[in-house]
Amino acid sequence: MASVAIPPFEHFYEQHRAEVFRVLRRRVGAQRAEDAFQETFLRALQAYRRLEHGEHLRAWVLTIAGNVAVDTLRRVRPQSELVETGAEDDRPAYEELAPLTAGLSPKERAAVVLRYGYDLSYDQIAAALGSSEQAARQAASTGVRRLRRRST
Amino acid sequence: MTVSPDLDRRFRDAAVTMGLVDMGFDIVDSPVGLLFVAASDRGLASISYDTDPEQQLERLARIAGPCVLRSPRSVDQARRELDQYFEGKRRAFDLTLDLRALPPFTVSVLQKLAEVPYGETTTYGALASSVGRPHAARAVGTVMNRNRIPIVLPCHRVVGASGNLVGYAGGLDRKLALLQLEGAL
Repeated sequence: MASVAIPPFEHFYEQHRAEVFRVLRRRVGAQRAEDAFQETFLRALQAYRRLEHGEHLRAWVLTIAGNVAVDTLRRVRPQSELVETGAEDDRPAYEELAPLTAGLSPKERAAVVLRYGYDLSYDQIAAALGSSEQAARQAASTGVRRLRRRST
Repeated sequence: MTVSPDLDRRFRDAAVTMGLVDMGFDIVDSPVGLLFVAASDRGLASISYDTDPEQQLERLARIAGPCVLRSPRSVDQARRELDQYFEGKRRAFDLTLDLRALPPFTVSVLQKLAEVPYGETTTYGALASSVGRPHAARAVGTVMNRNRIPIVLPCHRVVGASGNLVGYAGGLDRKLALLQLEGAL
């Protein structure tokens, strides 16, 4: 089966860095955007070798960025609640599927959509979510179970 | 709001420092024109007179893996030694080489090529004989033509039996310039 080839990382980075930086600036502010930017692309680079195909890389990197943003804000305000991102215009691409997966936690929703919508492998999803492969698997299966229960 | 050159540079440096890059590359200026230089953690992997990254990046990814990133830091040592060479202050390179994915015959020819001293020339036939294949002068020519690391692996020092320069993947002008720099002509 033919699949989209994985581009050299340089191409991937050049193509997405401006958008990732814009998104991060909006999410975490100018002061923290630079560190978050670096962390996002280092996480992506770390997982890049294990990618199985070159599809949906924008959704993938924006998911990583969104996750880094959450981590960053959590570090800054440990007592505060998770920042709601649903109403922003810089929604990660995976949230286009939000109506189908409303009611799941952000992590479950991301895991379900990346797994079943984008066909990413669990280690890729783990990199995107900044969690272990097992946690990614768990989030996807819990999410799917929850959706099944709701649809019956 | 775009990514500042400083931030960009910091990311690239961090990627190399953390060992996440399969192949780092940069463009290096030289008296024989701009050079596309690439190195992995195994050593110098490529020098090319063709600096169009479109061609080069795919090629490097096939050799080393998809984590190909422009990073001045990863070619620092090669840049320094090339600068010294072109200033006439260096006659031999101390760089380790990444010869991954090359066929055994090519590797053995390139190893003999590396022994041809600064300022001297040899012939395609002599090089063929030195690897025990005296009739393979033409095949040696092909290896020279495809040499992934010209200058450092000195295919410019290989000439025809009659002493004419024959050819050079980077153009005869460059071959001439390198031999003149070394005082071989």
